[in-house]
Amino acid sequence: MTSIGFVLRMAARELRAAPRRLLPLTGSVAVGVAALVAIDSFTDNVRDSVRQQAQALLGADLVMSSRRPLTEAAESALTTIVASGARIARVTSFSGMAFVPRTTGTRLVQVEAVQPGYPFYGAIVTRPAEAWSGLHEGRRAVVDPTLLTALGARIGDTLSLGEARFEISGTVESAPGNTGIRTAFGPKVYIPLSQLAETKLLGFGSRAEYEAFLQVQPGRSAEAIAGRYRSPMRAQRVTVRTVSEDRNDLNESLSRLTSYLGLVALIALLLGGIGVSSAVVVFIRQRWETVAVLRCLGAGVKQVLAVYALEAAAMGLAGSLIGALGGVAAQRVLPGLLQGLLPINVDPRISWPSAALGVGVGLWVALLFAAIPLLSIRRVPPLAALRRAYESDEPRRFDGWRAAAVIAVVASTVALAAWQAGGWRRGAVFSAGVAAALLLLWGAAWSLAAAARRWAPTRWPYVWRQGLANLRRPSNQTATVILAIGFGSFLLGTLLLVQANLLRTLQLTGGPARPNLVLLDIQPDQLPAIDTMLASGGLLSVGPVPIVPMRLQSVKGRPVTAMLAETADGDGEEPRNGWAFRREYRSTYRDTLVSSERLVKGRWWTGHASPAEVSVESEVAGELGVTVGDTIVWDVQGVPVTTRVSSLRDVEWARFEPNFFVVFAPGPLEGAPQSLVTLTRIERPADRGAFQRRLAERFPNVTTLDLSSVQQTLEDLIARVVLAVRFMALFTLGTGALVLVGALATSRFQRVREGALLRTLGATRGQLFRIVVAEYLSLGLMASGAAMALALLAAWALARFLFEADFTPALVPLAGLVAAVVSLTVGVGLLNSRDVIRRPPLEVLRAE
Amino acid sequence: MLRCASLTKTYSSAGRPLTVLNNITLDVEAGAYVAIVGPSGSGKTTLLGLLAGLDRPTSGTVSLDGQEIGALDEDGRARLRAEKIGFVFQSFQLIPTLTALENVQVPLELRGENAAGRPAELLARVGLAGRGDHYPAQLSGGEQQRVALARAFSTRPRVLFADEPTGNLDAATGATIIDLMSELNRDLGTTLVLVTHDLDLAARARRTVRLADGRLVGDTAA
Repeated sequence: MTSIGFVLRMAARELRAAPRRLLPLTGSVAVGVAALVAIDSFTDNVRDSVRQQAQALLGADLVMSSRRPLTEAAESALTTIVASGARIARVTSFSGMAFVPRTTGTRLVQVEAVQPGYPFYGAIVTRPAEAWSGLHEGRRAVVDPTLLTALGARIGDTLSLGEARFEISGTVESAPGNTGIRTAFGPKVYIPLSQLAETKLLGFGSRAEYEAFLQVQPGRSAEAIAGRYRSPMRAQRVTVRTVSEDRNDLNESLSRLTSYLGLVALIALLLGGIGVSSAVVVFIRQRWETVAVLRCLGAGVKQVLAVYALEAAAMGLAGSLIGALGGVAAQRVLPGLLQGLLPINVDPRISWPSAALGVGVGLWVALLFAAIPLLSIRRVPPLAALRRAYESDEPRRFDGWRAAAVIAVVASTVALAAWQAGGWRRGAVFSAGVAAALLLLWGAAWSLAAAARRWAPTRWPYVWRQGLANLRRPSNQTATVILAIGFGSFLLGTLLLVQANLLRTLQLTGGPARPNLVLLDIQPDQLPAIDTMLASGGLLSVGPVPIVPMRLQSVKGRPVTAMLAETADGDGEEPRNGWAFRREYRSTYRDTLVSSERLVKGRWWTGHASPAEVSVESEVAGELGVTVGDTIVWDVQGVPVTTRVSSLRDVEWARFEPNFFVVFAPGPLEGAPQSLVTLTRIERPADRGAFQRRLAERFPNVTTLDLSSVQQTLEDLIARVVLAVRFMALFTLGTGALVLVGALATSRFQRVREGALLRTLGATRGQLFRIVVAEYLSLGLMASGAAMALALLAAWALARFLFEADFTPALVPLAGLVAAVVSLTVGVGLLNSRDVIRRPPLEVLRAE
Repeated sequence: MLRCASLTKTYSSAGRPLTVLNNITLDVEAGAYVAIVGPSGSGKTTLLGLLAGLDRPTSGTVSLDGQEIGALDEDGRARLRAEKIGFVFQSFQLIPTLTALENVQVPLELRGENAAGRPAELLARVGLAGRGDHYPAQLSGGEQQRVALARAFSTRPRVLFADEPTGNLDAATGATIIDLMSELNRDLGTTLVLVTHDLDLAARARRTVRLADGRLVGDTAA
């Protein structure tokens, strides 16, 4: 008991006297915890919002959807469900060209032809408000406001879609689930389903989705109905979705995003841990004699250890609390950053469990990282009170406690990473990655310092030599600083490179020869007229590329329908590769490979063969489990076509050229019903608009896709994701800066004395200033240089293995980052050294 | 009361063994006032550290009140120090984050004793009544050493070890400290073991032990 009283009193007194000594510890913990709490709170809020908004997102209890008009079997199932008391509203959606005669504006739009009642849940809010309820009272259309802007139109204008004309009766202010990605291929236009036929747009080869939205009777379970119909419907290639499935899917994809952000936050916290360690190292060095005196006075090792552990814990707790507050504030920013990416509205509310968890994790990290240096207190000999700078000559033995602390740090890191990444394997991989990056940075720091020592020219000016020498002063913090600054800049650098590379890969319209306008759904009989139009405008074109829609009938002799029904029999879960069997393939035929393709197996065809030859994209071949030599039978508009896989291809999808999962050898498909795609390039946006307009007037069924606007949307989306990640990475750099401040404080006293000494010996303020600049400049250059080398490596690996693209380093932004990091380091260094330069030497020397 | 037998301490210095103390045998009776003198590097401080149980001898034994110190583990020795030993250091070694009064209280608190009353009395005794809430940095060297004395005597130790207690003080201040120490030694019956190279100071002790090159070269009673 007395021992506890002593420990508490001592710790309280010490903290009262000098809490400032442990401020770097508090700060490091605070920033890390803030990052963690921000992202966890946000994740929590996202999950909440998904739970609340999932029903509105789906708009119904149950949705059946298909890429083709529902089959008879599906229709009879619907009839049965409706007979049991469910309400139904059908929606057919497709892409088409909208045209406003008054302004002659044309634009690719997403048409949603809806029946009254849709949506059953969630509201489509329109302006004027009655526009939605009045949609079905005539030939009316409710449109996305961006369409009005794009076409220069206003409410009341006539909008033509195919051969039908609609009155624009209102705009959509908000609709559940509208995201930037969904509007990438055109703004939405809602029309009554009853008017769809008038447009005559759903001709052959159009890509449309046919959906039936169902609201079940109160008290009946949508899940039960879905469970009953899911398997038989799958065989009809009809997908059955319910709210809970939708919610799970959404949660899964959102948690992927938030777990990436969470891992970046974790890095901030781990760097904070390094900050804690370095702060405690400094602290113990200052307390070395006090510890020795306490030991002389009869304090036990455990008592002294407990005093300082308690202090570290108190400061760690303070940091965690401050961090939790900061995190709660910071999470309000995240929904704004991710606007347009999330299909739901995220309400930034305070998540107490996340805050509490953050405080707990912060305290744990503080204690753990403090423990490693704290344990050295046990080695403080009481004799150190008698002799300053006494070093025990006892050999350093293996220290079980220290080893345990190190193991606990590693285990905790893996556990935290597993928690953030959602899985032990991923947690371990992440931890290994962080460890590798830290090791590489540390190695770079060490070898650079060693190189500086060995090869630093002795003829350099004195201030430079002194500055460099400071990097290896006794008890220097060079390695800590390089780790702290380096890791943050490594993350930011990688981000910068990946973003730049991604944007370059997605240069859809890059290069003067690349097409920027895609003409889709051309019917064969329209081709000559369109060719004439292109030729008269002096436009070069790529294509036409024929497209034949088809489905799989059998793979390697096994009927696909049976396979789909069979896999559904078990637990009702569709296997991961189910999509490959179920999907509609839009295939082409030609006799050559195109530039975005690469043959990886088999041989390209040279003549006609029987059965017909096909080349399958390598990934989809993997999903289907086919390889060269296997037989696939296709259902081409009801006609079975037997083929043999003669080669596998890799396809560079990011090129945005007409690419295909399956390419047929010319011959068997030539007579099949098909539509055609042509690409062209029109330089000026105004000309592009005019061409689209003329085309829409003459051939309403032909859809034109303006790749430059798609690219704009994609760039915006990437910028948003990058912004969110960068926001989190800034926490890492923030922790890095704090660790830097803490690490530099280590040698502050020594520096002030040295500075005073140098000035007594005749050094000017200018010389001292230059010494400090030289030191921090080299430190900043080392840290950022090593970090950028690592970032280049990481970005190259990401580009090569994750994005499967070529890597071209963006050196200019990288140089900018190096400049920023170096300025930060020098700035902090100068701030830390202001006393060295400013204080009169006498004052310093007398203070000792 | 305090005795050491065949005490030897060897350090390895630059790979070669360096014998700092060589076969010292010494017996100090209760209430004695012993000065250990000798030139720099003669092993004075090393001997003090060994006698106080701050370090382990390479060979030989130290016992206090019949208790063999070498037989105790690190925590056992800490308890022994808390109960029976007081220290005064050349550089005072007050804990900078504690006030003067708190510094005096620490040894009592370590023993789990009531720390009220006596420390303030002791501070008054060394002439620092009213300075209890000052931090070490706010006190002069002589005042700091007086606080250190009060701290050393707060637990009424059986033995007080003093390592060059006047080394960092001017002659006049040093003299008051020594007067105080002898006074407390007399009043409380504390055994006093003093290391110094100041022969005037040593002359005031009742017994002088002389070291040279780690060997005992003289032991004279005044």
